[in-house]
Amino acid sequence: MAEYQNIFTRVQIRGPAYAGVELPRGAWGRQGKGGFSHLLGRFGDAQIGPIYLGTTGLMSLICGFIAFEIIGLNMFASVHWNPIQFVRQLPWLALEPPSPANGLHFPRLQDGGWWLMAGFFLTSSVLLWWLRMYRRARALGMGTHVAWAFLSAIWLMLVLGIIRPVLMGSFGEAVPFGIFPHLDWTAAFSIRYGNLFYNPFHCLSIAFLYGSTLLFAMHGGTILAVSRLGGDRELEQIVDRGTAAERAALFWRWTMGFNATMESIHRWAWWFAVLCPLVGGIGILLTGTVVDNWYLWAVKHHVAPIYPHVFPPVVDPATLQGAP
Amino acid sequence: MSGNEPMIHRVSAWTLLLAGAITMGGCERPPVETLQGGYRGLGMEQVINPRLDAIKAAKNQLPAPIPPAAAGGPPATSVYKNIQVLTDLNVAEFSRVMLAITQWVAPPDQSCNYCHTSDLSSDARYTKVVARRMLQMVRHINSDWKTHVSNTGVTCYTCHRGNAVPQNVWFTDSGQSAETGLIAGNAGKNKPAPAIGLTALPYDPFTRFLLQDANIRVISKDALPDGNRSSIKQTDSTYALMISISQSLGVNCDFCHNTRSFAMWDGSTPKRTTAWYGIRLARDLNNNYMVPLTEHFPPQRLGILGDVAKINCATCHQGVFKPLYGESMAKDYPELLGPMHTVASPAGGSPPAAASRPATAGLLAQP
Repeated sequence: MAEYQNIFTRVQIRGPAYAGVELPRGAWGRQGKGGFSHLLGRFGDAQIGPIYLGTTGLMSLICGFIAFEIIGLNMFASVHWNPIQFVRQLPWLALEPPSPANGLHFPRLQDGGWWLMAGFFLTSSVLLWWLRMYRRARALGMGTHVAWAFLSAIWLMLVLGIIRPVLMGSFGEAVPFGIFPHLDWTAAFSIRYGNLFYNPFHCLSIAFLYGSTLLFAMHGGTILAVSRLGGDRELEQIVDRGTAAERAALFWRWTMGFNATMESIHRWAWWFAVLCPLVGGIGILLTGTVVDNWYLWAVKHHVAPIYPHVFPPVVDPATLQGAP
Repeated sequence: MSGNEPMIHRVSAWTLLLAGAITMGGCERPPVETLQGGYRGLGMEQVINPRLDAIKAAKNQLPAPIPPAAAGGPPATSVYKNIQVLTDLNVAEFSRVMLAITQWVAPPDQSCNYCHTSDLSSDARYTKVVARRMLQMVRHINSDWKTHVSNTGVTCYTCHRGNAVPQNVWFTDSGQSAETGLIAGNAGKNKPAPAIGLTALPYDPFTRFLLQDANIRVISKDALPDGNRSSIKQTDSTYALMISISQSLGVNCDFCHNTRSFAMWDGSTPKRTTAWYGIRLARDLNNNYMVPLTEHFPPQRLGILGDVAKINCATCHQGVFKPLYGESMAKDYPELLGPMHTVASPAGGSPPAAASRPATAGLLAQP
């Protein structure tokens, strides 16, 4: 009997590698015959390949490589091509968007032109990869849920990188490509627009983000817990409930009075994951275009509570007579 | 298969240990305490590490005051030549100031000779010209900037602490990289600098704000767009300046701000007002005292762009919310408070500060 009560997957199948369903006419063939990896089998399926690249996959990788090189080589140049400094300072390095004074003009390469090009190729790469996902799902006769979920993340990326900057009339509003710099950008963005925590779409996005992790833990935990009763055969249990599905459902009814079903839990998870960047993107899109100070917006709409003063009144010294 | 497992477990254990070390390596060792500063629920708290504060407190002990000068006696100008600033002191007071400068500023091996030649009245050494202007600066701060220094005042020691050049000064860093041509510029940011807390923010916010008079305020005063075109990049600069203040004072943002709204004055702590004047004070000193001295300094004292060493919050504060934990040194040196008219002879120096004073006392006290 297979043993399920473990952090890592204990079941590994060995046999002739599965080559996949017949491909429609005109598609590229799959490369390789497929092999097995014990280590990867501990985390997922032990079978590696055969691999399908395809036109969109190839073009996506090329575009992604170009973007990666533009960003990486500019970072490398910024430390005078010193490999040690490149490694040490890598988290700080970035490819910066054009200066705000540039507006929406195509800047010189050194003044943000590289950034615009990297953004173009990265966007192309991601959109091509989306197309690849969509077409692969169709080719396998699957639904396209994964592609639409991915598009939700792409929406947030495009709002941050191009849609909102265009609406604001300046590429300088966009995010730098860099590890710490993009994090500092996030903090500066919140500061500039009066505290993003008062943006209701930001609130929703956080709720869906944390909600996703919660649902993931609840679902993963539940299925692992009933897998010894056959609960890992989720698809069958959707239409033919066995004792695993009944016990899992009863467990949640006992503990919180309500339970999802073997099917609906996946819809819950999909919607939570999709809504996280979807509403987040809406929140970013409204910032600076429709609302300029989220704290004052929240005060205006009685969202932000008023706290008692514990300090003597403080006035802006710039408004006092004779201010230096 | 099972023969591999102990090895895999060992590799996993080492990987976990390494990941832990990488993750926790930057963390501060406990104990960590928090002091509530604002209304409950607002999270306006100062984070205190008593172990690190004890180290900081030891570095911020006041030197024993020099015994007060005797009243009366001839004016210093009648004995010494070429006195231009301390013209209001008698000989004893004047000598006391000279002695203090020797202890606080001059390198011990050079003593008086750091500024003076054998002809004491000679201005041949640039250090003497600078010191004269610095004395004017100290008196200017103590008499005209009570909005920032209150009656605590400053002395040479506040910044110098026994160093000929204060340890915390800044030079303009234009960030021009040697790379030119088609390589992307770094927009004056993205390089780890201690002054801005090792963030990727602009590494020289000081030229913009403490030398020039760039607009610090980027946040809108209305909920809806009202024509405020401040960019994220401008916000980066403001943010960098604020981080530098936080670093210089060893405090969190909410020492001054209620961080639910950085812009809002109503709800800020009164310390924000003091800091507001401090920014103007540094700007005043840099433009009216430091920059005009540029031509007097030898090249090795200047920055890479040939600019003079300048002042920011860290120059005086040195990691403490009030320089020297707010212990007034200036009260023991009335000669430095401003023009004295000679009559106000101190009745006696105050006793030195008790060394047992907790480092965090007064951190959240109302001014």
